[in-house]
Amino acid sequence: MAAQISRVNSVAFLRSGTRNVSTTLPALYAAGQKTKPSLARPNQKNIVLVDAVRTPFLLSGTNYAKLMPHDLARNALLGLVQKTGFPKELVEYIAFGTVIQEVKTSNVAREAALGAGFSEKTPAHTVTMACISSNQAMSTCIGYMQSGVYDVCVAGGVEFMSDVPIRHSRKMRSVMLKANKAKTVGQRLSLLSQLDLKALIPELPAVAEFSTGETMGHSADRLAASFNISRKDQDAFALRSHQFAHDAAEKGLLSDIIPYQVPGQDKPITCDNGIRVSAPEQLQKLKPAFIKPHGTVTAANASFLTDGASACLMMTEDKAKQLGLKPKAYLRDFVYVSQDPKDQLLLGPAYATPRVLEKAGLGMNDIDVWEVHEAFAAQILANLSAMDSDWFCKTYMGRSGKVGAPDMSKFNLWGGSLSIGHPFGATGVRLAIHAANRLIHEDGKYACIAACAAGGQGVGMIIERHPDGKL
Amino acid sequence: MLQKCKTAEEASKLSKACQDLLLEVEHSKKPVVAAIMGSCLGGGLEVAMACHYRIAVTESKTVLGLPEVLLGLLPGGGGTQRFLQLTSLPATLDMILTGKSVKADKAKKLGLVDLTVQPLGPGLDKPDQQTLQHLEKVAVQTAENLASGTIKAKREKSVTDRILAAALKYNFVKDYIFNKAKAQVMKQTNGLYPAPLKILEVLRTTVDKGFEAGYVAENQGFGQLAVTKESRGLIGLFQGQTECKKNRFGKPERSAKTIGVIGAGLMGAGIAQVSVKGFEVLLKDAAAGGLARGQNQVYAGLEKSMKRKKITSFERDRIASNLVGTLNYEPFKHCDMVIEAVFEDLSLKHRIVKEVEAIIPEHCIFATNTSALPITKIAEASKRPEKVIGMHYFSPVDKMQLLEIITNPKTSRDTIASAVDVGLRQGKVVITVGDGPGFYTSRVLSFMMAEAYRLLLEGVEPRKLDKLGKSFGFPVGPVTLTDEVGIDVGAHIGEYLTKCFGERFAGANPEVLNSLVKAGITGRKSGKGFFVYEKGFKGEKPVCTEALDVLKKYSLVPKGLQSDEDIQFRLASRFINEALLCLEEGILANPAEGDIGAVFGLGFPPFTGGPFRFVDEFGADKLVTIMRKFEAAYGKCFTPCQLLLDHSKSNKKFYVRA
Repeated sequence: MAAQISRVNSVAFLRSGTRNVSTTLPALYAAGQKTKPSLARPNQKNIVLVDAVRTPFLLSGTNYAKLMPHDLARNALLGLVQKTGFPKELVEYIAFGTVIQEVKTSNVAREAALGAGFSEKTPAHTVTMACISSNQAMSTCIGYMQSGVYDVCVAGGVEFMSDVPIRHSRKMRSVMLKANKAKTVGQRLSLLSQLDLKALIPELPAVAEFSTGETMGHSADRLAASFNISRKDQDAFALRSHQFAHDAAEKGLLSDIIPYQVPGQDKPITCDNGIRVSAPEQLQKLKPAFIKPHGTVTAANASFLTDGASACLMMTEDKAKQLGLKPKAYLRDFVYVSQDPKDQLLLGPAYATPRVLEKAGLGMNDIDVWEVHEAFAAQILANLSAMDSDWFCKTYMGRSGKVGAPDMSKFNLWGGSLSIGHPFGATGVRLAIHAANRLIHEDGKYACIAACAAGGQGVGMIIERHPDGKL
Repeated sequence: MLQKCKTAEEASKLSKACQDLLLEVEHSKKPVVAAIMGSCLGGGLEVAMACHYRIAVTESKTVLGLPEVLLGLLPGGGGTQRFLQLTSLPATLDMILTGKSVKADKAKKLGLVDLTVQPLGPGLDKPDQQTLQHLEKVAVQTAENLASGTIKAKREKSVTDRILAAALKYNFVKDYIFNKAKAQVMKQTNGLYPAPLKILEVLRTTVDKGFEAGYVAENQGFGQLAVTKESRGLIGLFQGQTECKKNRFGKPERSAKTIGVIGAGLMGAGIAQVSVKGFEVLLKDAAAGGLARGQNQVYAGLEKSMKRKKITSFERDRIASNLVGTLNYEPFKHCDMVIEAVFEDLSLKHRIVKEVEAIIPEHCIFATNTSALPITKIAEASKRPEKVIGMHYFSPVDKMQLLEIITNPKTSRDTIASAVDVGLRQGKVVITVGDGPGFYTSRVLSFMMAEAYRLLLEGVEPRKLDKLGKSFGFPVGPVTLTDEVGIDVGAHIGEYLTKCFGERFAGANPEVLNSLVKAGITGRKSGKGFFVYEKGFKGEKPVCTEALDVLKKYSLVPKGLQSDEDIQFRLASRFINEALLCLEEGILANPAEGDIGAVFGLGFPPFTGGPFRFVDEFGADKLVTIMRKFEAAYGKCFTPCQLLLDHSKSNKKFYVRA
């Protein structure tokens, strides 16, 4: 394989099992992006990201409100087929991520695939790992392809917060289930008599940790205090995100969006509707949303509830060549991390980034494009602060010193979850395609994506620009 | 400071000075904000309440309360008055009369705290340090906002509280509430504790005449309570308790992680229950049914803690995962300590020692839970007696605070240190005693019980005997206690101790208890003992006539000495004398552990501070005189021990008064 030939340090790799690019080759880095080596490994298939799409991300309760989750997912799949012109029947496997499940379509991947007209013979499964569910869908497919099970996979994710399952109380459910079996009027009446007013109160889902009962916003606010992140800095970062997203949209860079003609509406939806560049004074006025009155996280510096879906076409490089496709990027190393779900709930990126870089044999400075999930401005700033703190890196990450913070001039330049929106299950693919597109647009070689997730988990992934990649 | 006060007036002055100082804080024009992290109890809470705003951290170590009543005192720095102002009368009575403490969330609901702050996690410094800095930042901000008027302390009382406050203008409402509270106090204390009654008096004065009179009543009441012997006893007890929460044998070489418990009965499962929070626990039983029962007992305990909001459901799951049930010894390969809680039978215990030693690792300690079998005897079956120790738990294990650790002469110091360490981590108050028949607690209790049975045979009504025991200050009377422990258990121990102590143990014929057991009367567990127990039955339990019939067969002729006071002292003096003898013989290491063991394990009247403090307060000479009177009628069993005689002659005390 061509990729293997381009390996610079294959002997060292064979011995250590890891790549070692940057430390031994400072001259190469200085020489420019094109001379940076490929991260391909001998005896390991190269997996490529051909392309990815997403529906416009909308504030929940807006234009998608009457749909169902699989409608969004179906539309993403259709959009992917249209954009790539790839024959549906060649897809061998589909994996989707989602968080809040619609009980009727608990395997939403399968329902969406069937509805989008994919082959009945293409199996599909749904995974859940909170905000990194579609990362998990992607890495599951990578695993299948690298181990030789399949050559062509579609991964994606969907989240639909306009309608969430609200359940009857446990008591009510138990009576209703028993009612199915009750045969006589007497039995039914006796069941009915078990109900009280309390049984009628429904159960609402909450964006709260099961293990601690704490909502994520609350945890983010405490995190902000732990890292001395001021309200002003958070608002400024939020504003930056909105400004960048706004600019990117204006310049037409958000080419991953495919228009959605929602049935019954007079025109297709073509852009995200959560991007709002507000005046700093306006942001300042907002009251804290979670910890009152002294908290710092507000509605404006937190990501909002979003509806949306994404999908990407992935395959082995050999297959892509065989089919004459021009992939955008290689999907390289990835790592999942997890820590205390109470006090380190949102610190996934800080833990995942150095680990995935080490795995890939890269240093912080080698990364040309950073795409990090913005759950809260406070969370992003806390992660940056944690990575830049000797004390934190030594005490909690067991490292000899600080990792260092990413170069902000390469960081989320097309906006992030704060502005574009964050459909939990769909964000991972959005991060990947923005990273790939930005590598091409900004003429870079390596991108690092990172995200945090409920449960105290996180992901880091390395994406490498493909020589054939075009916007 | 308090112990230096010799008179009520001096103590009153102290209280008044404290009140005045805190009034200055309250009247200060500058807003004062109390930032609370850690325990805010007693005087600490009184200071906080005098501030204009209170902010507390919601974590388990931050608790607020006025525990003075537990020391026989009342909050003397305006605590009674301000608590009432901030909360409601029922909440005030509940908290101050019981001395209990609440966490920040509950305190906020009560009105005690204005704002809560969540603790911080890892960041740029240690979490505790960061939380403290954050709390300070929030508090300073709050003080500035209070000063500028941008925030005001919102102290809106609930509708029910407001209705109650209005209703309190009427005397009959006040009477009703105070009478109810007083009845509750009397029921719990038999009127033996002056502090709760004084607290009621003070609060009544406040409700009747206002806060000015209330403050005066408070400092007067404080002064009066400060010089009571009850307060001295309770403070002494508190000091003893603090001592018994430390490990006087130092840190063990290795900290136990895995504990094997043998026998999943009430006792074994109880030991598992107090251990799961801090250890991996292997619970072993011979039968699947018994094991399941034991595992359910542990889980039910955790479920209860969760319902009382002491732990979350997630913590419950985590803790429950520490319990592993087993029907064989295989997993014991990794044990650091084994605690066996099988039936009290020497040959059975010998068998267990051998079985377990065949599998446990070299460093593993073998602890035996027994109430009377000598540890030295049990250790005879062991290959390594230096690792054998006794751990006497009290039933029910999760409620009784005491753990009596018994060493045998060969037990190594590290084994003791490790056993004490485990006990402390189980949340116990630990005393460490030498080996001997009945060790300390079972021995002194049995001597008193022997006298109780003799009194029954002399025709004293079981109910009367119980009543006299309770009015002396025991939480339950001796007859009910026998039923609770089990008449068979009492017979078993009694028979054994008779052999050991002979004439000095005299009381009732040991045959009496055996006859009861033979007749199927074994106490509460069998539904009948000296009283009849029926499920769901409420009110006074009827006396068991069958039991009385058995007693009649062995009846004794009374020798006078049956006045209420005589009866009480016949019981108490044998208890106390034996306790002193245990110190004399070296079973006990010091009087403090003797007092703690007697109060926490056996219910010896807490306000006395324990048998040793009782002798100090009551006077050894007076006790000797009383015992001599009994000795004349009943012989050796009432002969005062040498230590008591020494104290009576020289006027020596067990505790030096500051």
